[in-house]
Amino acid sequence: MTLAFPKNTHLTVNPGQFVGIYPNDQTALLPRPISVCRWDEKEDMIRLVYRIAGKGTREFSGAGWGDTFNVTGMLGNGYDLSEMAGKSVMIIGGGIGIPPLLELACRLKEKPGTRVTAVLGYRDSNMFLREEFENASYRVYIATEDGSAGTKGNVLDAVREQGIAGNTDIIAACGPMPMLRAIKCFAGEHGIKAFISLEEHMACGVGACLGCVVKTKNVDEHSHVHNARICTEGPVFDAADVDI
Amino acid sequence: MKPSMEINIAGVKFRNPVMTASGTFGSGMEYAEFVDLTKLGAVVTKGVASVPWAGNPVPRVAETYGGMLNAIGLQNPGIDVFCSRDLPFLEGFDTKVIVNVCGHTEEEYLEVVDRLADEKSVSMLEINVSCPNVKQGAIQFGQDPKCLAEITGKIKDRAKQPVIMKLTPNVTDISEMARAAEAGGADAISLINTITGMKIDVERQKFALANKTGGLSGPAIKPVAVRMVYQCAGAVRIPIIGMGGIATAEDALEFMLAGATGVAVGMMSFHDPETAVNVAAGIEDYLVRHNISDVNEIIGAVQV
Repeated sequence: MTLAFPKNTHLTVNPGQFVGIYPNDQTALLPRPISVCRWDEKEDMIRLVYRIAGKGTREFSGAGWGDTFNVTGMLGNGYDLSEMAGKSVMIIGGGIGIPPLLELACRLKEKPGTRVTAVLGYRDSNMFLREEFENASYRVYIATEDGSAGTKGNVLDAVREQGIAGNTDIIAACGPMPMLRAIKCFAGEHGIKAFISLEEHMACGVGACLGCVVKTKNVDEHSHVHNARICTEGPVFDAADVDI
Repeated sequence: MKPSMEINIAGVKFRNPVMTASGTFGSGMEYAEFVDLTKLGAVVTKGVASVPWAGNPVPRVAETYGGMLNAIGLQNPGIDVFCSRDLPFLEGFDTKVIVNVCGHTEEEYLEVVDRLADEKSVSMLEINVSCPNVKQGAIQFGQDPKCLAEITGKIKDRAKQPVIMKLTPNVTDISEMARAAEAGGADAISLINTITGMKIDVERQKFALANKTGGLSGPAIKPVAVRMVYQCAGAVRIPIIGMGGIATAEDALEFMLAGATGVAVGMMSFHDPETAVNVAAGIEDYLVRHNISDVNEIIGAVQV
């Protein structure tokens, strides 16, 4: 889905940030948090790629050009581009965690001396966004659960099979929680810094309701307990800082 | 002529009757960039305890038909951080501040009440004796009339600000609780807190919330809340702040006609942060349309 914003909105999008989109169905009152897949700065447009998970996303998928939605954003922190610039970055995406990483790959491509390797994990040979990642990355590696393309297995199976962890400075990952747990562990073992984007059920999206929290290693500065708000302090965290 | 929107609860004057409901507006800070806080009758803060509380595991929220369930578990940074960070922020705005106080035990409530005694910017205290998501204490105080009257009395003995007791709807007869709060010396009551509910994810065959049960809020609960405000208005003489699913000025007016002096917008701030401000403007339009010069004229004015 592509969202066009009113003239002179002047969006600024950091890769990994998300928007809260409100269904027009007035029985579904909470915003759907969806990360930005691509940002068109000139046209004030963003592209969202999402999975139909319930009645809100089903409504979005039936929308056409000219339909309108209320949107809050840009929300969350996003990936720290300056920390990744000039480095060897491994982008690891699993399933519906793949789309938010495309904006990151494209933006890193513009940074001189940055080398992006993408490892994308799919269920089967329906490899959405693969071509876009190939255009934005130095190399793309594929893992599929059913073995129909690339490495049979998950993203870390592909990383191990290809032996590509060696010269990686930073990992940027988004995907299901078991994948992120494995990446946190893998990054720790190899001494690689990993930034992971987390997902949780949200109500407000702006840090007020405390619905979406993740356990943190240290006492969080805002909450003063071992909980950080995914919508506000995240969704991108240093994997070493969160207890997942 | 512009109608008067000012209301008075226990000697505290509010610019208009529309407040935020505790727990749905953070400490005001989180929504300040979306909402003009000076257009609100009051900011009612998220519950604050004597020490930081970590709250419940996730998932803590789930959407339901026309509403939502939550089991946050009153996560809060504790009164010290509240006084050093959140309160000074709110002091930068010309709006009334009501601090919601939570605790597990009588001592914990009193510790927070004492800490707030000298905070001049706090206009009132709202005592949360009705959270359904905290295992120990809290709601027990709100479900037993004797306990409720007792803790109300003890808080009133120590509090420097007028005290609102926030009631739970999870009782057989809420008017009995309203009378108990009044007997204990409460200056006002607010109701309703959330209604205990449950949601099951049928695809995964799991509870939607880690806590299994949660508090239901949103437009789905409004008729229950209006009925309870009406019942309590007939049972006590102290002012009532009504809440439960208010989305529009018409919703708020229902509560006021049923007997509420003030109203609060809760879950609908998540749907549209400007809901409370729009509700206040809509009440004023209603008064103009009905040629009513003072908002106080509609309190309890429903015709029998």
